[in-house]
Amino acid sequence: MSETQTADAHGETIDEGKRDFIYIATGAAAAAGAASLGWPLVAQMGKAADTLAAGSIEINLANVAEGQQLKMLWRGVPVFVRHRTAKEIAEAEKVNVDSLPDPETDDARLVAKPDGKVDPRFLVMVGVCTHFGCIPVGEAGDFDGWYCPCHGSHYDTSGRIRKGPAPKNMVIPDYTYISDTVIKVG
Amino acid sequence: MSGHPSTYEPKYAATKWLDHRLPIIRMGADFMTFPSPRNLNYWYTFGGILTLCLVSQIITGIILAMHYVPHVDLAFESVQRIRRDVPFGWLLQPMHAVGASMFFFAVYVHMFRGLYYGSYKAPREVLWIIGCLIYLVMMATGFLGYTLPWGQMSFWGATVITGFFGAVPVVGESLQQWLLGGYAVDNATLNRFFALHYLLPFVIAGLVGVHVWALHHVGQNNPIGITPKTKKDTLSFHPYYTVKDAFAVVVFLLIFAFFLFYQPDALGHADNYIEADALKTPPHIVPEWYFLPFYAILRAVPDKLAGILLMFGAIAVLFVLPWLDTSKVRSMRFRPVAKWFFWIFLFFCFILGWCGAETPDNIAIPFGTDAEGHARGLNFTWLSRIGTAYYFAYFLLILPILGLIEKPKDRPESITHAVLGDHSHGAVAAAE
Repeated sequence: MSETQTADAHGETIDEGKRDFIYIATGAAAAAGAASLGWPLVAQMGKAADTLAAGSIEINLANVAEGQQLKMLWRGVPVFVRHRTAKEIAEAEKVNVDSLPDPETDDARLVAKPDGKVDPRFLVMVGVCTHFGCIPVGEAGDFDGWYCPCHGSHYDTSGRIRKGPAPKNMVIPDYTYISDTVIKVG
Repeated sequence: MSGHPSTYEPKYAATKWLDHRLPIIRMGADFMTFPSPRNLNYWYTFGGILTLCLVSQIITGIILAMHYVPHVDLAFESVQRIRRDVPFGWLLQPMHAVGASMFFFAVYVHMFRGLYYGSYKAPREVLWIIGCLIYLVMMATGFLGYTLPWGQMSFWGATVITGFFGAVPVVGESLQQWLLGGYAVDNATLNRFFALHYLLPFVIAGLVGVHVWALHHVGQNNPIGITPKTKKDTLSFHPYYTVKDAFAVVVFLLIFAFFLFYQPDALGHADNYIEADALKTPPHIVPEWYFLPFYAILRAVPDKLAGILLMFGAIAVLFVLPWLDTSKVRSMRFRPVAKWFFWIFLFFCFILGWCGAETPDNIAIPFGTDAEGHARGLNFTWLSRIGTAYYFAYFLLILPILGLIEKPKDRPESITHAVLGDHSHGAVAAAE
């Protein structure tokens, strides 16, 4: 298969092409071995099984009075459950969505109940500023929603970013209504 | 390590025997007699001071690790226990914490000295780059260590800094959670930060070895930036500079002792005496003073990713500085225009530090009040934008252009001439 055959000092025939193949094959096997050993060393830093397992909580919305905000720890971060007043809901709904940095309607930020309707009174979101992860303060800021004290991001009553350095609206976690008043987050 | 001819002569049978097998005494002796420029001033003592800082941090750090518990439920308490119950813990824990600040103070003096005297120029580019690497690892070590006491600033500082990685497009969130070992800063994070905080100082020690190796290969720079030409231009490192360094170390330790014994908390934050609470962010998060200028650069732009890129860029630009400064003249002493730009640069570094410590929307420089009686003026966001613009302009515009158009002053023929004056004027007679 190779045309680069040479003879060494003892007159033995050396197939250079065959040698190249052996070098590359050896190198490739060593690289694959190093990679397969390296992967566990990298992957061990990811989330452990117990961290993943402790990933869901149930919240009873009936316990949250109008105008009140419940803060629950979920996966190491707070989840805000805000029972919004009629005024706050109206403010959230009347906004021109196209004018927002991260356009989203208020309804799109709510999860439907088993009957297919959304309940605009309860806003459930991850209470973490999308800038650098600080926890915004409720009923504050220029838009009556939340204000992050770290770098000055203002959120409205739907948790949408309106002003400041944060790039995104506050995150809506995966949650479902498991009854009319109880939700399961995660 | 050193590039000068060895003058060590083993005197005893045992030292001769060892010299043939492992010339370790020779290496030490050559190190001590290394020919150093005779005109080094006190700004050149900070290398020695930094070595002392590293040794002190490693010794106190290993001791603290013997008493510290890296667990979210116990970490805060264990640090308080070190300060209250462990014999001499009241001394050793603040020595480590204040020592970190002193370390950064010394490294900044050392770096600005290098900037002023052009110590990054050929043939010292690699020496400079290794120095930048050391600074980068120091910053990582300082950040990791600050997390360990698990106070409010520790926790929220860690949250904000690891949040930087979350800004990386596409893989950001996965990368961030991989670094944290969970969805948020938690026990897994604290454990790995402790392990890495223990490791990195030894990486620094290794880099310092390479830094000194490079230094001894190319020789020290000096305040006039002129390479030593004859033996008369140099002095043996010992006793001339060991004594000079020792005096500087004593003065440095006086400042260290003042903070350690009278103001151990002046350089920290009161919020870090509150245990970490994942549900409550302190109203005003600021990093330690030595990161403030970079924090100001981070906040100067309204975009998250751009802010991070600028902040890392502020450090990255130092690595390529040897190729940005086009002037062949090393020392600013002979650069009448560049010198002023340097002092303005230093001034803006302090301004950026001030901006980093303040709330962005507050007024920095008031211009009176508006119709409603609110203070008007330049707020800290805009002040940090001006500072950031100058910071980058200094490296990317001023130094590259100025090197081509500036007319440097006449430089002395040699270090000896500069030190003893010009003989033709008969000002100072040579002492030798």
